[in-house]
Amino acid sequence: MITCAEAVRQLWAYLDGIVDESHREEIEEHLAFCRRCCGEVEFAEELRDFLAAQAAEDIPDDVRARLTATLDGLEQSR
Amino acid sequence: MTRDVFTSDADVRADSFRQLAESQLPRLYALARRLAGDEAEDAVQDCLLKAYRAFGRLEHAAAGPAWLTSILVNTCHDRRRARSRRPEEVGVDDVDDFSLFRRIADEDPFPYSDSLHLDFLHQFGREDVRAVLASIPELYRVPMLLTYVEGYHAKEVARFLDAPLGTILARLHRGRKLFERRLWEYAEEHGLLKEGPRP
Repeated sequence: MITCAEAVRQLWAYLDGIVDESHREEIEEHLAFCRRCCGEVEFAEELRDFLAAQAAEDIPDDVRARLTATLDGLEQSR
Repeated sequence: MTRDVFTSDADVRADSFRQLAESQLPRLYALARRLAGDEAEDAVQDCLLKAYRAFGRLEHAAAGPAWLTSILVNTCHDRRRARSRRPEEVGVDDVDDFSLFRRIADEDPFPYSDSLHLDFLHQFGREDVRAVLASIPELYRVPMLLTYVEGYHAKEVARFLDAPLGTILARLHRGRKLFERRLWEYAEEHGLLKEGPRP
């Protein structure tokens, strides 16, 4: 059975689906009895959502206008 | 091939590029802000120029957004290299055993909260998160952003960055741990660990 420290070290990789089968089984076996590490998993998922939520961002109107002008210039240079 | 047919193909290609580029501008700019900071607009402009010249080599339209991402990532990398800034490595021993979950539980900054960990995250505004991410060395920040903010799989990130998958996974591990630790440090430094209105 792996320790909490070993399980925690691999939690994000586990959530990313990039641990191999044997490690995945070890982590799931640990999570089945360790309530604290289940809390770690839930928090790691919250952190992933938290990071993903940073993706939405508006582009300022003046920046969009200048980049659109760049695209206009590319078309005209053909 | 006649000149008319050639012109028509070129027009179609130019229209396709325009549609792709315009639809991706907000996403590219947001990513460039995180990769290149104040040079974001210049980086996107460079990216558009390179992409326009290479657009004929894009075989599948569906791959267009990822293709533009790859060009932008490499453009930002080239700009950094031109400034001769060496990537800063961080020893994994420094961060490997840090657990933000446990630190929050142990320190219990909001004693009256029944959702302590979520309350901690809710203290951070968009600019706070941007500052925390910006404090992570780019060697780890770039794979983090591409994986967890942009949503690319680690294999795609490895391709974008022309690095072995194992290297990317190791950088992701350190990046995640650094992110956790710096969230805590930022909260301490900026008075986010107090209940009530922020100072």
